[in-house]
Amino acid sequence: MVNYIWVSMTVIGLVFAAVNGTMAEVNEAIFTGAKEAVTLCIGLISILVFWLGMMKIAEEAGLLAKLSQLCRPLVKGLFPEVPKDHPAMGYILSNMVANMFGLGNAATPLGIKAMEELKRLNGGKDSASRSMITFLAINTSSLTLIPTTVIAIRMNYNSASPTDIVGPTIIATLCSTIGAIMIDRYFYYRRSRKG
Amino acid sequence: MQMISAISLWFIPVLIGFVLIYGTIKQVPTYESFVEGGREGIKIAVSIIPFLIGMMVAISVFRASGALDFLMDFIRPGMEMVGIPPEIVPLAIIRPISGTAALGMTSDIIGVYGPDSFIGRLAAVLQGSTDTTFYVLTVYFGAVGIKKMGDALKVGLLADLVGIVAAIVVVTVVFS
Repeated sequence: MVNYIWVSMTVIGLVFAAVNGTMAEVNEAIFTGAKEAVTLCIGLISILVFWLGMMKIAEEAGLLAKLSQLCRPLVKGLFPEVPKDHPAMGYILSNMVANMFGLGNAATPLGIKAMEELKRLNGGKDSASRSMITFLAINTSSLTLIPTTVIAIRMNYNSASPTDIVGPTIIATLCSTIGAIMIDRYFYYRRSRKG
Repeated sequence: MQMISAISLWFIPVLIGFVLIYGTIKQVPTYESFVEGGREGIKIAVSIIPFLIGMMVAISVFRASGALDFLMDFIRPGMEMVGIPPEIVPLAIIRPISGTAALGMTSDIIGVYGPDSFIGRLAAVLQGSTDTTFYVLTVYFGAVGIKKMGDALKVGLLADLVGIVAAIVVVTVVFS
């Protein structure tokens, strides 16, 4: 799907330029676009290095594990089909905490582990169980508390206050996660009514 | 409103202070751990360069040719009727499909409209408050061999819609 979007944006742009007489602008755009992308990535290094470094300290101090423990009672209610001390719950919790602190690379393997355990709970079937759909819904709604990359981009373009979007992002994330959970519940009850 | 700006201002510094003090109490070799974790950041930033170049060149071409303006004028009336700024529509469409593509588009929007403009802030919040539904779905279900996805895709996309609406409402309320 990305392939199609990518090709059609470029090709439509080129055709449009031919018809519209904007070839000169397009020629320039090819080179400035590439250059801007590199500048951006170099700018990202500062924040990413600092943040991931901080999070490594948090991880080694056992802070992330502790936070998972604190979230447990809250999350338990979302997954009624997962037994209390099942390893799936541990993976689900650590995945969510990693996501909260913007550790996408750490969150993905934990999420896959959680899925494996949920599949085992579901008798190894190749269809998605209720818990799996809930877990996915929460993951796709994003749990990010600190949008580090976005802050870095804003810094790159000389924002007066790069972090002033943190509060609004947290609120919007909260809304989308609560929305995801409610939508998931709605679909679950619809499914179970149908039998 | 003041509380939201206070959260924005205090959240990161307080968290950093807390992590450093907690780490010291737990006798973590703080500086060494920081350096070790930081290395990962360089790897990530460098590894997304090709993704961003590909996507940002495509967007630049699309914009410079005049095709984007044409599309904007076309969808503007319908979008404005429901209160969605048309400039944000391409980002909203690509956000659930590809994370790096959305990142490229977010930075393009922030660069063109300015980081402190309404559109720039909206793009920033939108990028931060939703995730790449198709990617999460493919990776998580693909890795463990789930073939029947049930309602997962529908739930994920509807949740994205809630996220987009929430971002528009929150940014409008906080920044205007």
